[in-house]
Amino acid sequence: MSVTLLFAIVLALAFVGYLLGRANASGLKAAGNSLHSIPPYHGYFVALWCGLPAFLLVFIWQAAQSTVVDQLLLASLPAHLTEGATPARISLLLGEIKNVAAGRIFGTPEQVTIDAAARYQSLQNTASLAMVVCTLAAAIAGIAFARSRLSPEFRARNRVDGILRWLLIICSILAILTTLGIILSLVIESLAFFSRVPVTEFLFGMEWSPQMAIRSDQIAATGAFGAVPVFWGTIFISAIAMFVALPVGLFSAIYLVEYADKRVRSVVKPLLEILAGIPTIVYGFFAVLTVAPFIREFGMSLGLDVASNSALAAGGVMGIMIIPFISSFSDDAITAVPQSMRDGAYALGATKAETIRQVLLPAALPGIVGGVLLAVSRAIGETMIVVMAAGLTATLTANPLEGVTTVTVQIVTLLIGDTEFDSPKTLSAFGLGLVLFISTLALNVLALQVVKRYRERYE
Amino acid sequence: MSDTATQGTGRRAWYEPDAKLKRRHAADRRLRAYGIAAIVFALAMLATLVVTIAITAAPAVTQTMVTLEVEVPEGAVNPSDPRGGSYQKILNESVARIFPEVDTPRELRELRQLFSNGGQYALRDKVVADPSLIGRTFEVVFPLSDIGDQLHKGVIDRDLPRDQRRVSDEQVGWYDRLVEQGRISAPLNWGLIFNADSRFPELAGLWGALVGSFYALLICFLVSFPVGIAAAVYLEEFAPKNRFTDLIEVNINNLAAVPSIVFGLLGLAVFLNFFGMPRSAPIVGGLVLSLMTLPTIIIATRAALKAVPPSIREAAIGVGASRMQTVGHHVLPLAMPGILTGTIIGLAQALGETAPLLLIGMNAFITAAPDSMFNPSTALPTQIYIWADSPERGFTSRTSAAIIVLLGFLVCMNAIAIYMRKRFERRWS
Repeated sequence: MSVTLLFAIVLALAFVGYLLGRANASGLKAAGNSLHSIPPYHGYFVALWCGLPAFLLVFIWQAAQSTVVDQLLLASLPAHLTEGATPARISLLLGEIKNVAAGRIFGTPEQVTIDAAARYQSLQNTASLAMVVCTLAAAIAGIAFARSRLSPEFRARNRVDGILRWLLIICSILAILTTLGIILSLVIESLAFFSRVPVTEFLFGMEWSPQMAIRSDQIAATGAFGAVPVFWGTIFISAIAMFVALPVGLFSAIYLVEYADKRVRSVVKPLLEILAGIPTIVYGFFAVLTVAPFIREFGMSLGLDVASNSALAAGGVMGIMIIPFISSFSDDAITAVPQSMRDGAYALGATKAETIRQVLLPAALPGIVGGVLLAVSRAIGETMIVVMAAGLTATLTANPLEGVTTVTVQIVTLLIGDTEFDSPKTLSAFGLGLVLFISTLALNVLALQVVKRYRERYE
Repeated sequence: MSDTATQGTGRRAWYEPDAKLKRRHAADRRLRAYGIAAIVFALAMLATLVVTIAITAAPAVTQTMVTLEVEVPEGAVNPSDPRGGSYQKILNESVARIFPEVDTPRELRELRQLFSNGGQYALRDKVVADPSLIGRTFEVVFPLSDIGDQLHKGVIDRDLPRDQRRVSDEQVGWYDRLVEQGRISAPLNWGLIFNADSRFPELAGLWGALVGSFYALLICFLVSFPVGIAAAVYLEEFAPKNRFTDLIEVNINNLAAVPSIVFGLLGLAVFLNFFGMPRSAPIVGGLVLSLMTLPTIIIATRAALKAVPPSIREAAIGVGASRMQTVGHHVLPLAMPGILTGTIIGLAQALGETAPLLLIGMNAFITAAPDSMFNPSTALPTQIYIWADSPERGFTSRTSAAIIVLLGFLVCMNAIAIYMRKRFERRWS
């Protein structure tokens, strides 16, 4: 029986529980009792007691089942197969057994494997059956327990509210759990990486070529994990992006707030925001299809040597993507400057440009700086544009016409395709991810601090 | 300014600008020009992007098809098991009837390059659907190959010298013969939507990606919508002001700015490696996307809840509702338009998200739409990524067409969100 069907049955049971609980309470009321809570709340109480434990059980069961079944299966295998085997060998063995069990048979498997596959199948079936039985039992037991609590004085509404409030709390804790999950997974995998490659080599090494031999007996490069060229590429491309986005975003915000009439503003502002809504993969394709060939040909016509995946193309397109961030943050910041300050400047005879340069921009600076910092963090973490348009080889160069690589590009290329979790190549992606996470987090916190600290000066 | 005022000579009219004022006004006009230039630049880039994508996508709107009379001889296909026939051979024979003069192996190979590999399947499906066709001659319509398609659409310039184009002179001649015989047609390219992925551009379609994206978005909605509302309701309506709730708030704001690829790393390490969930499956993609969408929905919901005036809450509590009833019966329904708007915008972002899906393997090459959310699948943006990486020329226009499809979905979702905001938004005053 599929989990979906089981969910549906538990939901149906919960509804039955609701009806039972409500009927109970209505009965009590009809018998002349004065109820503390109205009958539907008795129903909700029973339904929650029916549904929640059952759903919880299914989730835990689903999470644990595969591990438990694997362990049982391993224990039942002949000793010569499992004794002293490496984790990789064992997972290979399990994979083979599961393939045979699922009917994906390549070649002729050994008899041991076929037997094990049959055992695996029966274990799976038993486990699924047991899950269904336990879940239904839990649901019915929940109904019985909850009904036994019902009485005229029972504070069903308070109880239901209490349960719901806990559910709300759990949901909001999920945000913390996500962050915790990110930090833990990044840190754990990074520690595994740093146990093979020293942190100092990773952070300060000048050579990056993470390609490893696929088998340990192959003679090939052992890989170099000095990430400085990768960091440099990220900073370089982000700098190019900001070089495009900052003036364009800032000037368009100034024009829209101070010069444009209402009609122009109401047309142009949403159009600019479309730029922020376009998926980054589209920008990436645009960079490859149009911008990179254009830059290349333009450079060629000037006699320059331009790489087909130049940093200029990737950074330029990324800059276009970031324009709306800068312009909308600057727009908000300039709009928030009190009208009285403009009036004061005009009253002294300042022109519009003077008012903007000497009054509005200094006043709006914290907001603009905050927006710029957020935009930089966005540029550093941006993936698809650089994956498609930037290079793969890590070079330390300040020439925007050459190709450089970025942290995100390396993460994607290292982890795409089949990955095993015990090679430094794969693990180095998590090291890069940790650096990326920390730097974007720092930028965000800094941005919020800047905005918070200076915002209320004029209010 | 003060200089002008004190000079005050009678020779000049009082309003006549002096050099300094002229300079100041010029600076003002310059700033305005910079602003206009910046906006023009940004909008020109937007226009260039849309126009180039649309122009590149144009050839993919139609698919060049060829109509052949095919005879399926009695003995060639077993009527009780029509799937097993060697249809490529049957097709080759009917091609040979049109071009009897082609006999050298090299020429035959070149001739076959003109027709899609999907022809045999079109023929097979026709015979399987109606086994009485065996032993008869009937017409089959199927795609030309990538080079044939481009020859028809003029993407390949036939006037170029031989060594600069991808088709031989013979192939051009054969193609012209097919046109003369009225065998070539170019109907709308429904295959682009309804076919699954393929190595051959003329057969590749988006159906698998659309189904995969649908499943992933469904999961994303089912998880992030209720959880997001619950978290926002707690933080906005119930939470006491203490360090713990502060921590949650800071967390949510920071999560909203975490790069999407980091969520991919989380999905890879936790969902795939730790929980052992299936690789490339929409359910994992949906869960990762829901973690990313959650902050968006929470922030939108909190804004919508804040906009409901306190008098509503006070009135409900005044007639004896509990706080949970107040929220459930009054505040949430009033905030719902704002919440839904935020949710749709969040889902639209999730639909266009690529990087985390790449890391959990949703860029696999899969030639059938997934049966369930546990099967390997691609999603719309990852399919675009796969096609953009494919070397065949025909994939360029299909990539652009897929982008148009993706942008179409995004425009629709955002239009719905804007409509709902306009239609249901209440102004409390």
